[in-house]
Amino acid sequence: MKWIAAAALVALLALLPCFAGDFYVNLGSQILIAAIFASSLNLLVGYGGMTSLGHASYLGTAAYISALLTSQYGFGHGPSAIISIVGTTAMAAFFGVIALRATGLGFLMITLALSQVLWGLAYRMSGVTNGDNGIAGLTRPMPFGVSLENPASFYWFALIVTAFAFLMMAIFVSSSFGSSLKGVRDQPRRMAALGFNPWMIRWITFIYAGFWGGISGLLYVYYNKYIHPSSLSTTSSAEALLGVIAGGSGTLGGPVVGAALVLLLKNYASAYIERWNMLLGLVFLFIVLAMPTGIVPGLSRLAKAVRRGTR
Amino acid sequence: MTPLTSKYALEIVNLKKAFGGLAVTHDISLAIKPGERRLIIGPNGAGKTTLFNQISGDLRPNSGEIRLFGTDVTKFSSHRRAHLGLSRTYQIITLFAGDTLEHNVTLGLLGLRPSRWQMWQPLSYYGDLATEARQTLDAVGLLHLADHPVSDIAYGEKRRVELAMALAQKPRVLLLDEPLAGLSNTERSQVKSLISSIPRATTVIMIEHDMDTALDLAETVTLLNYGRVIVDGERDAVIADERTREVYLGV
Repeated sequence: MKWIAAAALVALLALLPCFAGDFYVNLGSQILIAAIFASSLNLLVGYGGMTSLGHASYLGTAAYISALLTSQYGFGHGPSAIISIVGTTAMAAFFGVIALRATGLGFLMITLALSQVLWGLAYRMSGVTNGDNGIAGLTRPMPFGVSLENPASFYWFALIVTAFAFLMMAIFVSSSFGSSLKGVRDQPRRMAALGFNPWMIRWITFIYAGFWGGISGLLYVYYNKYIHPSSLSTTSSAEALLGVIAGGSGTLGGPVVGAALVLLLKNYASAYIERWNMLLGLVFLFIVLAMPTGIVPGLSRLAKAVRRGTR
Repeated sequence: MTPLTSKYALEIVNLKKAFGGLAVTHDISLAIKPGERRLIIGPNGAGKTTLFNQISGDLRPNSGEIRLFGTDVTKFSSHRRAHLGLSRTYQIITLFAGDTLEHNVTLGLLGLRPSRWQMWQPLSYYGDLATEARQTLDAVGLLHLADHPVSDIAYGEKRRVELAMALAQKPRVLLLDEPLAGLSNTERSQVKSLISSIPRATTVIMIEHDMDTALDLAETVTLLNYGRVIVDGERDAVIADERTREVYLGV
């Protein structure tokens, strides 16, 4: 039943380019990319209880590696995608060893610091990264010879990747390893006494989240055909975290809804209000006050209450 | 690693733990035989729970040694000790409040199985885990609540879930930290008969304040005070000992 509903939803989303203009199709692509990114962060924040403020590291690093390899070193898109994801995942493994020396606030500060180092490098190593100018003139890949240049074909490509990513992450959190992870989030001491290795469980999750963060980074650079140090910035990490919390951390749908909300606000509100961040802040405040656990859990509780009321 | 054939299930040698300048366990040595029922008593602050936390690996001692069936586990992490057959319950209830009783006990089973690392099949794929969890819940008389979340059940029932999680693991050494704390008289006798039904393959070490109930369960008793072993031996001998009266019974 759940699978049929999910398949129907994907089919419905696939129809978007048939009736919507390019602007909305492009917005749809951006939401899909942000949804993978936020969902990967949610593995840490929602399911692992590891609040990271440096998740942009993986998006930005994957994007930069791909951009550099294709534009400067003459690599094809296939090999650069593989190198970029392997490199980003390896970096997540290394960063995980450092960040998981702490939990809670300490963990958050270490992830923030590590992402700041990368951001600083992207800015300052202008010989390699072209600094504040970013790297422009990038190309999109042509999987199986299909061009992704027009908005609809890119959207469908992004939708396929997103559906697969979402499926993989859903399987991950509902597996028995997922149960171990949630247990370690709730009662780490008890879990250790029961024979679980909390550190290893967290580390594996950290690497997996980095992997999917890298995938979203690849899509990000393909979509924009441009990369700038701001993709590695704390703002980029914080926006995703905001989306996860607003949508509902620890739920599968929450980060998707949250990421969509942030992007819609950014795109629409910024046309009318210069300080769209302020509006985002207000909306976030409202959500947290009205539905402390996020939009998705909040609405499902409301729906349950309504159903009980009408019975 | 030393061979697993040892005369003792648990051996503690000169264990010392200090928080800053305050020594909480001070040169404690114990030897507990396989299958033994040992009661650890002592006034508040005697170092009983700190001792348990060192045995289970939550705390590292400053010096001394802990051996489980002859294996020196002093430097082992908690989860490695669990795989050697050590299991414990907590004085302060430490359960997964949002999850069902069945899920709680299942986690106890999962902790010792390789499938805890498995990333593509849901927990429900392992039907034997659920069956075994329900059997254990039946044994502690909570089968009828198996599908309820822990947050829904009464305090006395939570105490029994604590016990069920540990018992499900079929431990070789079981540490019970005040399993009777806060229970009513009826609940007390339920938990008491539960503890007395634990098979002899399991060595039971118990901290308990309720002497009336706990003494019936014990064969040997260790009295701690100010982080030291004051009296140690057969139950009746320890009760009769003058120092026990002085320190604990306050007579």
